[in-house]
Amino acid sequence: MSEHRIERATTRDRVVLVVILLAIAGLALAPWWAGRAQIRLLGEIYSFIALASLWNLLAGYTGLVSVGQQAFVGLGGYMLFTFAMFAGVPPLLAILLCGVVAGLVALPLGPLLFRLQGAYFAIGTWVASEVFRLTFAQVTVLGGGSGTSLPAAVVTGIAQSRDEREMVIYWVGLALAVGTLAMIVVLMRSRFGLALTAIRDSEVASESLGIDIARTKLLVYVTVAAVTGMVGAFIFLQKLRISPDAAFSQNDWTAYVIFIAVIGGLGTIEGPIIGTIVFFLLRETLADLGTVYLMILGLFAIIVMLRAPKGLWGTFSEKTGITLIPVRRRVILTDPPPPESERNG
Amino acid sequence: MDWVNAIVQGILVGGLYALFATGLSLIFGVMRLVNIAHGDLIVFAAYLAMTLVQATGMHPFVAALFVVPVMAMLGYALQRMILNPTLGKDILPPLLVTFGLSVIIQNALLIWFTADSRRLPAGGLETASFEVLPGLSLGLLPVLMFVVAVLVIFGLEVMFFRTRFGRAFRATSDDPEVARLMGLNNKHVYGLAMALSAAIVAVAGIFLAMRTSFDPASGPTRLIFGFEAVIIGGLGNLWGTLAGGVVLGVAQAIGAQISPGFQTLAGHLVFFLVLALRPNGLFPRMDG
Repeated sequence: MSEHRIERATTRDRVVLVVILLAIAGLALAPWWAGRAQIRLLGEIYSFIALASLWNLLAGYTGLVSVGQQAFVGLGGYMLFTFAMFAGVPPLLAILLCGVVAGLVALPLGPLLFRLQGAYFAIGTWVASEVFRLTFAQVTVLGGGSGTSLPAAVVTGIAQSRDEREMVIYWVGLALAVGTLAMIVVLMRSRFGLALTAIRDSEVASESLGIDIARTKLLVYVTVAAVTGMVGAFIFLQKLRISPDAAFSQNDWTAYVIFIAVIGGLGTIEGPIIGTIVFFLLRETLADLGTVYLMILGLFAIIVMLRAPKGLWGTFSEKTGITLIPVRRRVILTDPPPPESERNG
Repeated sequence: MDWVNAIVQGILVGGLYALFATGLSLIFGVMRLVNIAHGDLIVFAAYLAMTLVQATGMHPFVAALFVVPVMAMLGYALQRMILNPTLGKDILPPLLVTFGLSVIIQNALLIWFTADSRRLPAGGLETASFEVLPGLSLGLLPVLMFVVAVLVIFGLEVMFFRTRFGRAFRATSDDPEVARLMGLNNKHVYGLAMALSAAIVAVAGIFLAMRTSFDPASGPTRLIFGFEAVIIGGLGNLWGTLAGGVVLGVAQAIGAQISPGFQTLAGHLVFFLVLALRPNGLFPRMDG
């Protein structure tokens, strides 16, 4: 047997890490170099990076294709309003609690939906989100079908001046996006990530290696739900207003998110980030087109799926061998390969 | 009597839900494809019929003679050009492509027909009714819908087990590789299955358009109702799907009696109840 070592990070990767940390520091300082509109836009970008990365963890890495993640975005949003308005919980703390609630709801919901065969799981997640939407539309203290606004007292409780408040909310968004990405990177580099990749590649083979598939899938489903709930809480903290149709909108929280992940590249860490950037570039240039914009995005995603299923980043990475965030393990043989005759023997 | 009336109406609406469901069930059976754009195709067919009726003044049933074959051809083309390349071991590509199609169809309809809700006039048929018991009258259209659903399912069963078509469908469903070795062109078979599904979609769309008002965003709800009928009834059993549609229709009717906001929700809750207690549906298929 030949000598080998397993390599994950190279010197170049360490350089990239430093650059990434510098970029995050620069973004953290944005309130000092960007205007109010840009701060809001960045906040929106962070929420989409987080949502697309979470959906990618679910579908791209675990094979659980959900078209109902708006269930947890909306649930998070509504729980934020509930905690802040009726329990007097400070909004920033409430965001954490929203994550807990979303995770607790996903815990029994996941196994129920896993009973649906193959792709029918996707439509099941959609029905679940419809149940949430119709239920919250019945809750009159939260404004029923027309929704409600966050009371002024709660809003000024975050910070007195508008500038300070927007700064704090901005940092929450940045922390959520960076935290989500860091969580996924750590997860994918752990034994658990190896198990996920194995399940995606072959359920039968991974089961025979002792991986508990049902438990692994449930853990991912619940984790994704919890963080999605926190992102949802952040989104509606930024909007300060919620209604069932906005909170559980499939277009906003699932269609866009899926298109972003597909266009950027499924099953990669970088893909959803690239996809979000493309999405916002397209949006800023095509915003006047309205409905046509969503059609163009859908068409773009279909073409990518048919012609370059690995997405923009996946295709680029495959052609050049470049990855920015290393999660794969590379086997490096350190002594020369044995002669042909020995290998075939 | 209100309750009896509501339940009877619910049963009859179940026929429409079964029509939504059979097209979905058929393609899942033949090629394990879940078409997320199914509901949007139903609404597309409804608009197609409406446009035809408005332009010529013909009765919707006459329009069906055009809409059904046109939808079937569209279905065949859709399968051959877009969906066949996505089929494989991975369930992700077909889901994402049909999801993209759903968004595209909805927005295209929105651009052409605006967001206004429409209805297809059926020359008095939609209001005609007859009394079966004192105080209990049945609408002619709902009864017709239910009868058509029964006929469609009966026709499919006969086709599946008595014709060469059906044998090709079953063979490809059981083992696509062996079917190919036996000289079947799987791509063509899948195209035919989708054409058949789209033809049923056309029928469902025309009935939908006559019974209720619809708009470009109506599709997803139709997909969900059809899907719920399939799962409640049990996968792979068409008569079970009809029963599933009836259970769903009755659940919604009872929900609506309790409170108007509870109608759709009651259907969803029954779906989850069945999933929790009888994950294989109420009438699972007996054979393998």
